[in-house]
Amino acid sequence: MKGYVVKRLFYMIPTLFGASILIFFLYSLVPGNFIDADQNLTAERKAELYELHGYNEPVVIRYFIWLKNLLKGDLGYSLQFQLPVGEVIGNYIWSSFIVALASLILTWFIAILVGIVSAIRQYSIWDTFITIIVFAAMATPSFFLGLVIIKIFAVDLGWLPAGGMISTGSNFTGWEYVKDVAEHMILPVLVLTMLGIGGLTRYFRTNMLEVIKQDFMRTARAKGLKERVVIFKHGLRNALLPAITLFSFELPALFGGAIITEQIFNWPGIGAIYMQAFSVRDYPLLMGFTMFIAVLTVLSNLLADILYGIADPRVRVKK
Amino acid sequence: MESSAVTLEKNKKLPRSSSLWRQIARRFLQNKMSLIGLAFLIFIILFSFIGPFFSPYVNLGVDPTNINQSPSAQHWLGTDKLGRDVLTRLMLAGRISLLVGLGAMVMSVVIGGVLGIISGFYRGIVDQIIMRIADVLMTLPGLPLLFIMAAILSEWKVPTEYRIYIVMLMLSIVGWPGLARLVRSQILSLSERQFMQATEALGLRDTRKLFKHLLPNIIPLLIVSGTLSVGGAILSESTLSFFGLGVVPPDASWGNMITSANSLLDFQKRPWLWVPPGLAIFLTVISINLLGDGLRDAIDPNMRRR
Repeated sequence: MKGYVVKRLFYMIPTLFGASILIFFLYSLVPGNFIDADQNLTAERKAELYELHGYNEPVVIRYFIWLKNLLKGDLGYSLQFQLPVGEVIGNYIWSSFIVALASLILTWFIAILVGIVSAIRQYSIWDTFITIIVFAAMATPSFFLGLVIIKIFAVDLGWLPAGGMISTGSNFTGWEYVKDVAEHMILPVLVLTMLGIGGLTRYFRTNMLEVIKQDFMRTARAKGLKERVVIFKHGLRNALLPAITLFSFELPALFGGAIITEQIFNWPGIGAIYMQAFSVRDYPLLMGFTMFIAVLTVLSNLLADILYGIADPRVRVKK
Repeated sequence: MESSAVTLEKNKKLPRSSSLWRQIARRFLQNKMSLIGLAFLIFIILFSFIGPFFSPYVNLGVDPTNINQSPSAQHWLGTDKLGRDVLTRLMLAGRISLLVGLGAMVMSVVIGGVLGIISGFYRGIVDQIIMRIADVLMTLPGLPLLFIMAAILSEWKVPTEYRIYIVMLMLSIVGWPGLARLVRSQILSLSERQFMQATEALGLRDTRKLFKHLLPNIIPLLIVSGTLSVGGAILSESTLSFFGLGVVPPDASWGNMITSANSLLDFQKRPWLWVPPGLAIFLTVISINLLGDGLRDAIDPNMRRR
């Protein structure tokens, strides 16, 4: 197992290296840059800034400078915020994280529950209804769902705030503040949950149906165990096992922000910051963030494999 | 009682020497959900491609005397800020959105299929290179990748009427790695099978192995994942166009029609501008997914999700 993990870690290096090349050169092809966008700068000042940020160097040299800093853990310096990129990401990541975490917990809870019930009552009206909902969730464009939700709950009914993280002009502290943020969180969390629930519910239903047919389930019933024990202890546990992999894949979403949803709800998370940085061409921030997500993605793949190997020894042997 | 037994006997045909495709068709036709999906998809295609011929507003275009009308008998879905009939625009936008979805799918299937087959069949260094490129592309987050490409390609100053091909290309660049991986693993597992060992023993040429023995076996897989990817491509196109990075005006796509929701007044008071295109995307993608799911169940009962 240890040897396998080490091997996989080494395997990550060329992938991340490739990702860094692609990220840097793609961004270097994007037209426009932060300095030129500023109308107030004089030509001399522009030239100075170009020199300062090393834009006069050839692209390849700039790549290696960036890579060298990257390896030292330095993601660069955001032009727009005038702060190190790592710090900017650190500042905004947590507001993304709380929304993502809340919707993650909600999604998994609902998906497991609904998936099980749907599997036990296969082909019932309830099951058909759930199947339709699942398909609906997978077919809705995220931005449209966000707009409809805002229109219904914020504009027409006026129950909840339409966007932002805190009420404008307020300076709540303590519980008042928590309550205010929670109120603003409800709609984005709702949207993210609705978007994520489809695939997961379907996955649990399929898994559960597979497990229910197994011999050990019949044995458990034959032993005279209560149906509840059979389903939850013998069935659910085995159906949850492959889900460990899926859980690891949530990692990038948890820390990477939701670009569209945050944009629609004006939520000050890392995804919305990415969009903002994109419009002003703050390349260090854009590249740093994209690289950050790439690292998270690679790590989550690794984590999935390791966890699965731990949970299910049969897989380990094959590798 | 007896009569029904007799008719049953009469109707019972001899078991036909049914081909694989006929069996697939039979299984597909038994699936109610996927038939609904198919019917709806046909309706949307007719609506988008034939519908405009019945609309009196196609050639009228901008009409300054008739702006921002709410739905009425003349304009079923009202008019927009330039006085254009929303229903007609919805049809024309449908043409573009469907074409982009289809085109992106065809491109990803071709790129992903070819590279996947090469990877799985020749293995070795070629396989390594292709799969590492796929890995890298899959490591990058999809949406930022699309944004970057859109920004780069916008610089090429492509005439707007060719813009949709650029969008197709972008979507297929993001779409092919997953497909290539799928095809490769299928090829690898097929290569272990006895019929492939037989081709080896018979000393068949590579081209014959590829086209006569491997390709027919992955066609079902390509059809299913291709169908399902059309839905994904339509969703991605709408997102890109909503952010002004995909299909751009004056061309209408369902995504860029929803952009009108960015204006607060239109968003609050004129839902007919942005709700219908959203529903159109929703219904189209849902029918495509139902169809794809039905095809999967019909083609490979083992893959069935029950």
